[in-house]
Amino acid sequence: MKQVNSHTTTQVAEPKKEVKTLSGAEALILSLLEEKVEHIFGYPGGAIMPVYDALFDYTDKVEHILVRHEQGGIHAAQGYARSSGRVGVVFATSGPGATNLITGLADALIDSTPLVCITGQVYAHLLGTDAFQEADVISITAPVTKWNYQVTNADEIPEVLAKAFYIAKSGRPGPVLIDITKNAQLQKFDFAGCNRCDHIRSYRPKPIVRKEYIEQAAELINKAEKPFVIWGQGVILGAAEQEFKTFLEKSGLPAAWTILGAGALPSDHYLNVGMLGMHGNYGPNVLTNECDVLIAIGMRFDDRVTGRLDKYAKQAKVIHLDIDPSEIDKNVKTTVPVWGDCKETIPLLTQLVEQKKHDAWLQKFKDYHQQEVDAVIQEELFPTSDGITMGEVIQLLNEITGGEAIVVTDVGQHQMVACRYAKLNHTRSNITSGGLGTMGFALPAAIGAKVGAPERTVVAVIGDGGFQMTLQEMGTIMQSNIDVKILILNNQFLGMVRQWQELFHDRRYSFVNIASPDYVQVAKGYSISGQKVSGRETLKSGLQEMIAHKGSYLLEVMVTKENNVFPMVPQGCSVSEIRLK
Amino acid sequence: MSSQNHIERQEFNITVYTENQIGLLNRIAIIFSRRKINIESLNTSPSEIDGIHRFNIVINETEEVVRKICGQIEKQVEVLKAYYNTNEDVIWQEMALYKVPTEVIAEKALVERLLRENGARVVVIRKDYTVFETTGHREETDNLIKVLQPFGLIEFVRSARIAIIKASDGFNRKLREFEKREPHHEVVENEYLNSRDKVFTM
Repeated sequence: MKQVNSHTTTQVAEPKKEVKTLSGAEALILSLLEEKVEHIFGYPGGAIMPVYDALFDYTDKVEHILVRHEQGGIHAAQGYARSSGRVGVVFATSGPGATNLITGLADALIDSTPLVCITGQVYAHLLGTDAFQEADVISITAPVTKWNYQVTNADEIPEVLAKAFYIAKSGRPGPVLIDITKNAQLQKFDFAGCNRCDHIRSYRPKPIVRKEYIEQAAELINKAEKPFVIWGQGVILGAAEQEFKTFLEKSGLPAAWTILGAGALPSDHYLNVGMLGMHGNYGPNVLTNECDVLIAIGMRFDDRVTGRLDKYAKQAKVIHLDIDPSEIDKNVKTTVPVWGDCKETIPLLTQLVEQKKHDAWLQKFKDYHQQEVDAVIQEELFPTSDGITMGEVIQLLNEITGGEAIVVTDVGQHQMVACRYAKLNHTRSNITSGGLGTMGFALPAAIGAKVGAPERTVVAVIGDGGFQMTLQEMGTIMQSNIDVKILILNNQFLGMVRQWQELFHDRRYSFVNIASPDYVQVAKGYSISGQKVSGRETLKSGLQEMIAHKGSYLLEVMVTKENNVFPMVPQGCSVSEIRLK
Repeated sequence: MSSQNHIERQEFNITVYTENQIGLLNRIAIIFSRRKINIESLNTSPSEIDGIHRFNIVINETEEVVRKICGQIEKQVEVLKAYYNTNEDVIWQEMALYKVPTEVIAEKALVERLLRENGARVVVIRKDYTVFETTGHREETDNLIKVLQPFGLIEFVRSARIAIIKASDGFNRKLREFEKREPHHEVVENEYLNSRDKVFTM
């Protein structure tokens, strides 16, 4: 097939702009400014040098944050996008620079995070010759991007950039990668300004809302005796938190969340019945298999949420609200599909549902919660044993921050504990790698989260394993003076793997015992203050000092070595087989 | 693989209308390969509208899987529409070419008759070999291989399947509506792609 040197977009007519002769690199920077980009995370290299050269003239308009590794750059952009609701932008050079973005792209795709990544590429005439730092970035990134495109002519840049931003942020958001050959960056052309993109012929970001399905859904909800809402990140991505709350409060529906949905409804809201999934709360998991109508909003029935699909909510009629038509019936067969942006569909549903209270049904969740408190939560948050538990650290953090902080978590036991117990008063307060489960995510993502929401306190909760994967980003914190609170929960193990080895592999602890450096000394090397806490007597004061400290701070807390995260739905089991111990 | 799954599987014809964009074939192929689904046949060609391509993909799968696959294909930005149909729902053809020694054809009347019976048409006649062509379903084109094998069949090749959906009025009307709103742009070859001057890249 031939390449079409046009992008079949409809562009909004704007007053005719002055034509200037610019290089592709200069046009790229102007296109980014047109998209109101204020922050770029990146790392320069040979094939993207013209772009960095052009950027040099615009440092008063756009802040470039020099990361220490491209993976750190893209996770930072993810954190930025998640905290701010804007598109995260990343620069990387060709070859290894571009391939270092892959983990972040995969993470952003599965967690629907809007990103635009710009990679440099070798000269067009060298493509396919195994040139220095050449990698087939378009092929490599195809499975992990919502869209990607290689620019080989400078005059494509304004239109491609407009299209990239439109695709990244519209519909179900996702990462887009634009690979620009060096000749296209250097080439001069007549730049006639940028036009916004708001339509692409072959792209339908939002399905048309079918009112008949809204009516059917409302009828099911109105007739239900034990209706149950489960929500995901779609509520946040659709900026539909208020609409969602109004819908719940009118219909009196108990609602539980996936970890990416956390924060869309405040933690202490009376209808918030907790977290779903493998390490979710007892009530929501068990009662999924008891409800008569299951209303899934902006979530994708991930296997960590559903457990065994053949035993998942078989008794329930399922209503699924989602912007992505391919999610409907993908994992769980739906009784009533409601395609559309939940910002539009939820209010339509709210109009038709009856004002109700489901007190007896809600009480069941509370009863199960009490069982969970007695069996797990009480001891986890207020331990009677000597060792510090992860839960009590999060509990104290809640007391100190009052639920106002953004909590960025890495992956593992601490992630599950933080997601379970962190108090979140506001939306966009829980930033974690949900779908891909990327260790090393939290530190760079916290950097981005702080850049995206500078007025808020950002606490990165990280295990000793994950921290060592991207700790070089303390260099970014140091250089860009970013105020991130780093809370390392050190159990001297790759804790989640160890837990599985204990439960399912006869305690054969195969390569999970991980040694750590002196983190406080390492942080000191990066001019980051910090302290290590090993006993309960200094835990609270340590946390207080971390939050009160002006600037970034590292607090290492030595926690119990072999503590398990419960409840747990063992893999291959039904959600109602959730274990309390 | 359970035997039940095996029974439920059948040939499905997936028809995909796309923009004409480099890399899209790769994106579509990935949708199959990541699920370890083998593509039995794949044909891409321009459609009746400039700039819109049509993929015909044949796979052996259950309807449930095919439905989900089509959903994933339609998610691709440059894909306009993906349909799936069983063999009964489509009119389909494959083309086959057979290279046979000319002397056999010239000397053995039997071969000539067999070729006629199988609807084969001559494409090329040379002193050393003759190329025949047939069009039809797999079993028809396969049959001629068996027939010609004893007479020294030198080479055989078969095209991918092309299919037209019986029931619908096709995608033509919708495509033309698109075209009215979004006229297709001129195809421009990239002047830089073939200029292989030696340039220091750093």
